[in-house]
Amino acid sequence: MSNDNILLRVDGVGKEYDGNRVLKDVNFTLEKGKILGLVGENGAGKSTLMKILFGMNVIAETGGYEGSIYLNGEIVNFKDPVDALKAGIGMVHQEFSLIPGFTTAENILLNMEKTKSSVISKVLGKRLETIDMPEIKKSAQRAIDTLGVNIDTDTLVSEMPVGHKQFIEIAREIDREDVKLIVLDEPTAVLTESEAEILLHAMRKLADSGISIIFISHRLHEITSACDKIVVLRDGIVIVEKPTEGVNIRQIAEWMVGREIEKRAEIVHRDVKTQIQRDDDIIFEAQNLWVDMPGETVRDVNFKVRRGEILGIGGLAGQGKLGIPNGIMGLFETGGSMFFNGKPLAVNNTLEALKEGIAFVSEDRRGVGLLLDEPIDWNIAFNAMQVQNKFLKRYFNGLISIRDDKAMKAVAEKYIHELEIKCTSEKQLSRNLSGGNQQKVCLAKAFAMNPSLLLVSEPTRGIDVGAKKLVLDALRKDNEENGTTIIIISSELEELRSVCDRIAIVCEGQIYGVLPPEAEVADYGMLMAGEYKINEVGDKQWQR
Amino acid sequence: MAEVNKFIKNFGWPRIIIGGFLLTLFIVAPIFGVRIDTSLNDVIVRFGMSAIMVLSMVPMIQSGCGLNFGIPVGLVAGMLGAVTSIEFGFTGMAGILVAFLVGILAAAVFGFLYGQLLNRVKGDEMIIATYVGYSFVFFMNMMWLILPFKNPTSVQGFKGEGLRVTISIQDYWFHKISDFLALPISSSFIFPTGMLLFFCFMAFLVWAFFKTKTGTAMTAVGSNPDYARAAGININKMRTISVILSTMIAAIGIIVYQQSFGFVQMYNSPLAFVFPSVAAVLLGGASVNKASIANVIIGTLLFQGILTMTPSVINSAINIDVSEIIRIIVSNGMIVYALTRKAR
Repeated sequence: MSNDNILLRVDGVGKEYDGNRVLKDVNFTLEKGKILGLVGENGAGKSTLMKILFGMNVIAETGGYEGSIYLNGEIVNFKDPVDALKAGIGMVHQEFSLIPGFTTAENILLNMEKTKSSVISKVLGKRLETIDMPEIKKSAQRAIDTLGVNIDTDTLVSEMPVGHKQFIEIAREIDREDVKLIVLDEPTAVLTESEAEILLHAMRKLADSGISIIFISHRLHEITSACDKIVVLRDGIVIVEKPTEGVNIRQIAEWMVGREIEKRAEIVHRDVKTQIQRDDDIIFEAQNLWVDMPGETVRDVNFKVRRGEILGIGGLAGQGKLGIPNGIMGLFETGGSMFFNGKPLAVNNTLEALKEGIAFVSEDRRGVGLLLDEPIDWNIAFNAMQVQNKFLKRYFNGLISIRDDKAMKAVAEKYIHELEIKCTSEKQLSRNLSGGNQQKVCLAKAFAMNPSLLLVSEPTRGIDVGAKKLVLDALRKDNEENGTTIIIISSELEELRSVCDRIAIVCEGQIYGVLPPEAEVADYGMLMAGEYKINEVGDKQWQR
Repeated sequence: MAEVNKFIKNFGWPRIIIGGFLLTLFIVAPIFGVRIDTSLNDVIVRFGMSAIMVLSMVPMIQSGCGLNFGIPVGLVAGMLGAVTSIEFGFTGMAGILVAFLVGILAAAVFGFLYGQLLNRVKGDEMIIATYVGYSFVFFMNMMWLILPFKNPTSVQGFKGEGLRVTISIQDYWFHKISDFLALPISSSFIFPTGMLLFFCFMAFLVWAFFKTKTGTAMTAVGSNPDYARAAGININKMRTISVILSTMIAAIGIIVYQQSFGFVQMYNSPLAFVFPSVAAVLLGGASVNKASIANVIIGTLLFQGILTMTPSVINSAINIDVSEIIRIIVSNGMIVYALTRKAR
């Protein structure tokens, strides 16, 4: 390995936020034209490392970093992202930064437009040159072709599926002429399997043309199949830096988590027989339910939930599965009819649903699920206090009810212990918890209400493997010990199959079928893709 | 060093600078022949006079309605209570209680309407509140002339109708709260026990309110409205309650101020309380959506301290009146500082 072939060398980089160490002595190198896979649990320090590399302002504002970064053998210390761009580093963020009203080509060449000089520009300077649209389109087309996808350069970004937007972001980075290094921060998270496949091919093409890539992903098989080299970060430390050859997914997972993950060769199904469930004991029923939730519209949904079961609701993103729990809770405009314990349940009435004993863990943790600026005990006790008058001391015949801080502390400590919430105390602000621990607080909030029906939306989204298992175990335990009926809405089919009694698949705002967890994966796939519906008797009705 | 940094971070630069400045003023005061006991008297009296108005900021801040730039709505209600009490000739403690009662009732009505308006302009409460404050004061300027007040103390002498600009309460309920259990410490330092006790009582009520179920829900609405909605809380109702509370407390605040000052100031006078009250609570460490009783106490002490000490000390030192300039710099500067830190 010759030294001059090395593009990027990270040497002893460390970073501390307000006394909280997130990176410690990070070292690795990246050669020209190679792909480096960067993996680590949430909070391992990946994002911070990338922020340092890209010269984000937040790093300088919080006191800079330790160690040094060499690009092409020269030490660099970018003051802001513009410097990094000039030095040939491109970054594709998890959040899109595209202008919806512009076309593909315009977005790709934003601020790098090809221009024609005119009389005016000759007199008044380069800034007044006119836009050369055909040239822009050509250049954009070249970039798109490099990626190997089929996107029209004239389409508006606002009218595009998410996957295409991701490709445009990447095309924008590679279109710059002097680009040497591209950082892709979880680009495949929003892509379908086939799109991800195309992206991985495109990455290889780019690498062959001499561009180095840092690829961040949670999908480990992508790392093993696409990368030349893998770097695993755990708690701010580089655990492993080695070529990908001969490394398997299990090993990476172990390095990431740092503990032996339990064997899960086959899905461990619930022992359904221990559950007493009867077809005629229906706790909840929805008839012709529609929900106007932006991006997750539910059109016409009918389903029954048996008392004591765990029902899974799956389906692809944007098909309406998330609209179902949000509609039941009345958080978005809803119609149709619902029955709870045989009695009609008012639609669009959050308080009544809560009072009847339905609890909801929202998929939008930080937006809806938590009071970020309040301590953990508030977050856990709040719903039970407001809806069920728990954790209150009453005076003057209930005329005045004062918060019972002691009871709140006790319940918070109980759940902190049970769910292993990592925090300094029950008084820590929930803003300062990691994603997984925030999710546990959301669950504790629901458990504290002792619900008879619990709706859990995307319980494991964006949290690390260890927390995932804890969350799912906690749900199952609540179901088995307290007899709580649970509806889990999740994008991860494997997760649903491991924990649910029945799984309903939503497609185009309707339920296309309800399958047992041991059904074949292909059947699930066909339902998700909307190929056929399965009715209650089990007959397939082909749609296409 | 780490502890010093932590202290600075917790306490905040604005408070350290202003507190240091205030301390310096107290230290140099004797050099310029300003008596310490007079200074202390002034600071404490002025604290008692304005603390309840600053306290009135808390409910609206906590419910997410922002800083109450529309405090004149409550002040006008209090003024209405005061002149009504005078009109019917109530004197002594009874006069103040009637003023409170009428003021609170008026504040409930005004506050309800004001709250309904603020619920329609979520996100822009503060700018709208400023305009509400202004326009309401000018609307009431007309009302003060039209309303059928007859008591010679309050109406303009030459016409016999329309209220005066300043109405003396000397014969009615002057210093009735201030002098309750007052302690004469020296010839120029009379400790206004009653006024401070009354502030403590009000502060206790507000503190206790935020420990109740409703108060907790209100805090949640201010902290994250979507969370509160998902818990089945009626957000608009909570906000309206907070606005009514703030308006009521402001009405009580102005009456306490008047009984100490000795006059009911009418017409445009409420506008003079807006920025000082907002600035005081911010100076005390409140943010746009979080405020506590401690913020109120610290902020009012510092703000009123500066206000009372600068004229006496600096004016004796350099013979130029800079107190007004300092007041404007501190109050407006503090508001700008707090608003720029709003974005997270």
